[in-house]
Amino acid sequence: MISRRDFIKYSLQGIAAIAVPLTAIEIINPSKLFASKDAKKIRWGFLVDTGKCIGCGFCVKACQNENEIPYDINASRTWVERYVLTKDGKVLADSPKAGRDGFITGKIELGQGKYQDIKDEDIEKAFFVPKLCNQCENPPCVQVCPVGATYQTEDGVVLVDRKWCIGCGYCIMACPYGVRFFHPVYHAAEKCNFCYHRITKGLKTACVQACPFGARLIGNINDPNDEVGRIIRTERVSVLKDEFGTKPQVYYRGLSKEVR
Amino acid sequence: MKSHVWRPLYAVIGIVALILIVRVFVVPESFGVHERGYMYGWYNKADEGSWKGVTVKYKSSDYCKDCHSDKYSSIMQTPHAIIQCENCHGPAMDHPENPARLFIDKSRGQCLRCHSRLPYPTSDRAKIRGIDPGKHNPGIECAACHNPHKPSLEGLK
Repeated sequence: MISRRDFIKYSLQGIAAIAVPLTAIEIINPSKLFASKDAKKIRWGFLVDTGKCIGCGFCVKACQNENEIPYDINASRTWVERYVLTKDGKVLADSPKAGRDGFITGKIELGQGKYQDIKDEDIEKAFFVPKLCNQCENPPCVQVCPVGATYQTEDGVVLVDRKWCIGCGYCIMACPYGVRFFHPVYHAAEKCNFCYHRITKGLKTACVQACPFGARLIGNINDPNDEVGRIIRTERVSVLKDEFGTKPQVYYRGLSKEVR
Repeated sequence: MKSHVWRPLYAVIGIVALILIVRVFVVPESFGVHERGYMYGWYNKADEGSWKGVTVKYKSSDYCKDCHSDKYSSIMQTPHAIIQCENCHGPAMDHPENPARLFIDKSRGQCLRCHSRLPYPTSDRAKIRGIDPGKHNPGIECAACHNPHKPSLEGLK
């Protein structure tokens, strides 16, 4: 037999439980929970200012030396793209040798040894766009790896376990940004990892350090006092291929719709 | 049931047991599901250490300035102050022990990275003083006339 007091108590509790909005019992997002618990938790992010990039390619050269990428292979962890938009609406883009030696000629590389000359007066817009791994919040490369050889660290950087990688190439196909390639020496998938050995020691990445113009910045996007964190919070920035839902963490200033 | 039904079952159980035993020895203990759950979280956590342990090669100009203070302070007075020493002199690594001497990139291409004139209207490249490499003394190293540590035209050799 239930007492009157208990009956009223349970009734009120039941009503209160029903009144809880659905959002309150939604599946908890662990990363949000961690962020609210510890605001100092690092989440590495990158900011590229395309207006400042002048296409010198020092970043690519430094990256290849720092990360032991053989000089002659036609692949790089980071690269610089040149976009030239002509007045008659054509979009030309190239990245000769990943931009390793800079852009010393106005001719656009078309591949297979062909080049296209563009007259100065025909150029409507022209600019350089550095590219690198976006260290996505939802990395498709990690999702497809059949052996768990590529993974995301707690601070958001996607790494490759060279000993564990079987070289199937799924991740290379899965990356919408085309940042992955095979390392010819280690025979494993290779990608930019924000110079993990440097950033975890408090240094800047090799490309950020080598850039004379401040077109590249790395920082903790969880920290509002960090330069990158502040700019992403307070200024207009965009990301590449937002529609893929990968949540890339490389932010761009001054991106144009022609850049993909 | 007859034994011919049980026998293949024993064989299967044996194979599964063998796989589980091999797994214990082959798969490292730190391999498993970590922070991101089943979709993103499978990996060997111990591998993070191998990436953290990669040698740092570029030490930044701050590493150079104590021993080469004369060069450092003079270049800081010029527009080339924004360029890291190592961009031309190569990664310092453990210099002066290893390597004892750095390879200096004095090539024409090194200067043309910035100073080949490209009149791009929406890039800062157009603001840099540049030359047409095909017309401005082709084939000669820039450093034959220009001093990269004193790049103004008054610094001509």
